[in-house]
Amino acid sequence: MAGASSNFGDFLRRLARNRLAVAGGAVVLFFFVLSAFPNVFSRHEPNRIDVLKILSPPSADHPLGTDELGRDVLARMVYGARISLKVGFVAVGIATAIGLLVGLIAGFYGGWVDAILMRFVDVMLCFPTFFLILAVIAFLEPSIYNIMVVIGLTGWMGVSRLVRAETLSLKERDFVAAARAQGAGDARIIFRHILPNALAPVLVAATLGVAGAILTESALSFLGIGVQPPTPSWGNILTAGKDNIEFAWWLSVYPGLAILFTVLGYNLLGEGIRDAVDPRLRGR
Amino acid sequence: MLRYVIRRLVVIPVMLVGISLLSFLAIHLAPGGPISVAADLNPKATAEYRERMVRYYGLDQPLHVQYGRWLVRMSTLDFGPSFAPDGRQVSDKIKERIPVTLTINVLSMGLIFLVAIPIGIYSAVRKDSWFDRISTVTVFTGFAVPTFWLALLLMILFGVKLGWLPISGLVSLEHDSLSLAGRFWDRARHLLLPVLLAGFGGLAGMSRYMRSNMLEVIRQDYIAAAKAKGLGERQVVLRHATRNALLPVITILGLSVPDLLGGAVIFETIFAIPGMGQLFYQGVMARDVPLVMGILVIGAFLTLIGNLLADVGYALADPRIRTG
Amino acid sequence: MRRCLLHLAVFAAFAAAGSVILAGCAGEKKDGAGKGAAGEAGPPAYGDAIVYGSNGDISGFLTAVTSDSASHDAASYMFNGLVRYDKNLKLEGELAESWEISPDGKKITFHLRKGVAWHDNVPFTSGDVMFTYKKMIDPKTPTPYGESFRQVRRVTDPDPYTVIVEYDKPYAPALESWGMNILPRHLLEKYPDIKQSPLNKSSPVGTGPYRFVEWKPGEKIVFDANPGYFEGKPFISRVVTRVIPDQATLFLELKSGGIDTMTLTPLQYSKQTETGEFRNNFRKYRYLSFVYTYLGFRLDHPFFRDKRVRQAIAHSIDKKELIDGVLFGLGREVTGPYKPGHWVYNPDVRKYPHDPAKAKAFLAEAGWKPGADGTMEKDGRKFAFTVLTNAGNESRSKTAAIIQQQLAAVGIRMEIRTLEWAAFINEFVKKRKFDALILGWSTGPEPDQFDIWSSTKTGPDELNHVGFADAEVDRLLEEGRRTFDMEKRKKAYFRIQEILAEEQPYVFLYAPEALPVFHKRFRGIEPAPAGIGYNFIKWYVPGAEQKYTSFQ
Repeated sequence: MAGASSNFGDFLRRLARNRLAVAGGAVVLFFFVLSAFPNVFSRHEPNRIDVLKILSPPSADHPLGTDELGRDVLARMVYGARISLKVGFVAVGIATAIGLLVGLIAGFYGGWVDAILMRFVDVMLCFPTFFLILAVIAFLEPSIYNIMVVIGLTGWMGVSRLVRAETLSLKERDFVAAARAQGAGDARIIFRHILPNALAPVLVAATLGVAGAILTESALSFLGIGVQPPTPSWGNILTAGKDNIEFAWWLSVYPGLAILFTVLGYNLLGEGIRDAVDPRLRGR
Repeated sequence: MLRYVIRRLVVIPVMLVGISLLSFLAIHLAPGGPISVAADLNPKATAEYRERMVRYYGLDQPLHVQYGRWLVRMSTLDFGPSFAPDGRQVSDKIKERIPVTLTINVLSMGLIFLVAIPIGIYSAVRKDSWFDRISTVTVFTGFAVPTFWLALLLMILFGVKLGWLPISGLVSLEHDSLSLAGRFWDRARHLLLPVLLAGFGGLAGMSRYMRSNMLEVIRQDYIAAAKAKGLGERQVVLRHATRNALLPVITILGLSVPDLLGGAVIFETIFAIPGMGQLFYQGVMARDVPLVMGILVIGAFLTLIGNLLADVGYALADPRIRTG
Repeated sequence: MRRCLLHLAVFAAFAAAGSVILAGCAGEKKDGAGKGAAGEAGPPAYGDAIVYGSNGDISGFLTAVTSDSASHDAASYMFNGLVRYDKNLKLEGELAESWEISPDGKKITFHLRKGVAWHDNVPFTSGDVMFTYKKMIDPKTPTPYGESFRQVRRVTDPDPYTVIVEYDKPYAPALESWGMNILPRHLLEKYPDIKQSPLNKSSPVGTGPYRFVEWKPGEKIVFDANPGYFEGKPFISRVVTRVIPDQATLFLELKSGGIDTMTLTPLQYSKQTETGEFRNNFRKYRYLSFVYTYLGFRLDHPFFRDKRVRQAIAHSIDKKELIDGVLFGLGREVTGPYKPGHWVYNPDVRKYPHDPAKAKAFLAEAGWKPGADGTMEKDGRKFAFTVLTNAGNESRSKTAAIIQQQLAAVGIRMEIRTLEWAAFINEFVKKRKFDALILGWSTGPEPDQFDIWSSTKTGPDELNHVGFADAEVDRLLEEGRRTFDMEKRKKAYFRIQEILAEEQPYVFLYAPEALPVFHKRFRGIEPAPAGIGYNFIKWYVPGAEQKYTSFQ
């Protein structure tokens, strides 16, 4: 494991050899750029309503057509990319932070701390995650913040198991013993020595997690409790599109494909990273 | 074997207590607690009604007594009457919805198993081949496509354009007047799209897992030994490698229960299937606390049972445990 | 059936409109596409089934204790009231053959129809009417419709076919209130709370044209024709309502033949049903329903206390754009709480044409000046507020989005917050925690709107949630409900509309049209002021075109 981070060049070379991962990475990068400079890619405002142009098919002025309020679909897609990616990243950030903390503590201290934390993880894993998310969001309110936080709070268990397993093996290693011999405290050992070496599997899990969160948001949108209009997200554009699926194909095809390609991209990239980090890590 | 299963069984009560504690906390952390929601929803909720609810939930008792009651009620699957306007017992509502959801889940799990295993094996054996790449992209597409979008597209194709399959529902209106075979066929036609969809979404996890297990097994010494003995590749793969790679897959079946249940919310809504997922969604939207808690707890039970079955299956299949 | 829900509908809309508004009553025009074909078919024939598609399931069968439109629709096949609205929205006898109102307006004598039987063959008598009345005023009955029955002084039944109702004061909505479904005493007597009775939950028994067959929760509700119905056996043998939660699925089911009828959205009506194939298979209808959508202000809010501000907002809103954008032209502007064409509708009230300049002038008069960023300011405070509406109602969220843009043009910043229905009503509307809201009312032919506009009805569970209080309106509301004289009533309601138009407690936005569609094999559908459901038992499918032949 320690070798993976020190040989970053090797890692990149291995990753570049994996064509699917490269393709996935390209898609991910594409949407990143798109969401970083929305105004470059779209001349229109995402929320500008034009009743006279409701559901117009793609044209020179509106390359991806307009939606059920005459708003420019390209603009909404581009700004929606920002929202959808934000949901993915913040949710995963929260999940990863909690997962890391729980996993590190459980793995490092072991004993009853480990037993309690891991039983808690087991219990959490018993509840269907999507049910939990639905329940919490409906009882609070479907704001973008609640959505991100709730997806994060219900998605950390896998990470914590991974990190715990890594920690268990890492803490027996020589460099940990060496650090302790030099008088390093628990916190220093955990964060300076164990954490950096446990990051690789976490990176893989996080990459896949972003994809999952984007999908979850679209599912919530379908149920009417995702990111609320008029704020655009791929999920709610697609949901508006579904009711016009036969008449205004552009309103469902573009967000549908955007979600599909992005999620696919993150998955292929994640798999690629996993293979490139260490062939032994496959499939865990 | 027996020892292993017993060891697994011992964990169950611990998990049950955990589930009960977590759900108990959840009820009491819900904004306003259990009765305020009920009273809010019903403008005619009289003082008497409130009192009845207080007594029902034992809110006038100290916390540990309340928890004790919750434990008893949970173990008898008594979640009280739903807050929905119909006021029916939560357990009755769940009972009439659960068979459909389980049927679809079991069928799609079977489908996943049948399709994902061969894909996993073949793409491991032919690692980095075109088959490997195409199947990788295909299974991930199944995971990545928004379920409700694909569902609608398939409905339009098979239901409206081609007219081969019904759009939604469980049976056709004339179901009762059909022959036995006709009724079976009618049901099968209705279940086809939902099961396919649920299965397509789950292919990725299973086939990738199978693939990586297989890769690991192939690299083991005994496979090399078998090859050295001069056995054909086909034989080595099928006889030796597959059997060993399959074992861990059994456990992942148990773990996929919660995901399938969660997915049920979407496809039951789009396909108008009166199952537990749809019921849960309606409960959540109506802030029907008893119903939501009931389904959460039942869902957790189902996961637990799924895991237990997987463990037992694993034990039965793995000679090391069987004899241990 | 889907006929008028009588006056009860006022509350029903409030409680149930979260999912669907479906309370169409008055018919005006039938779409050209459907014309002609209706008459040329063979003679009426018994048989076939009609399959409805509905977004929501029912919650019970007894309308006294349910308040959602799906349940009320289902009940209308099985139950009858003493009176009902005919096709021209005049009250006629149903279970009552005739009635007399005493000259002082305080006593109504109903003469009941003889030879009517419940579905279990027990005869219907005045005892059932007495029982229904007692249940409606019983505090143990959790009913939202008790109010008009509490106005009653006493009810007597001198013989099995006569019921006499007496009031302390004349009460104009009285007659209509007896359209309430009559309950079977012999089956309900033993249940203190009828809501918990099996009749409400599993085995309803009524006097109506259809008998209950089965209810599979979340899946379907089935009724069969009642051969002994007192107005004759209905032609269509079976009525099925399928529950299909998703709107897109519902429409695909219609096109593939899985359902025969549904309510179209304006978008589906105007854009997705214009193909030749669709015209060959279906007939569309459109008529103005008794529903309107409004933007309501919390009247004690510091911004909206000032009438000029409310009038300024009225001038900034372009109702035409709303109707084009939200309803695709399938609706009418409204200026008050009665739809155009209603007998008390006053066409000559103050209007607020779309005029941003005038709106700014009114705002300036009220002390609001444009700030640096163009937003209006007063005493250092920006004109920014939040409008609430319920999630899951596409028309309302679109309306909110368009109004947001229209108000921005005059320097008013409006945020939109969509809330799930239960939370919306309980946490915000009832607790008066809102600046403004977009909601709808479903009214009916009866013009009494005491519950919505009276200053005595501002409690948390009452319906005057904007807190409107006007002494003259209070007096006129009382006047209107205490006389049977149509001219006097009309005068009172005309004046109320003038005051409401001047005061603008709501900006009254639009009344949408009801847009039902039916498979073309159904004949006998004749749109009238009362909508289309009033003659359901006369609808039929010619023998050769019948689709479902396995049940008769």
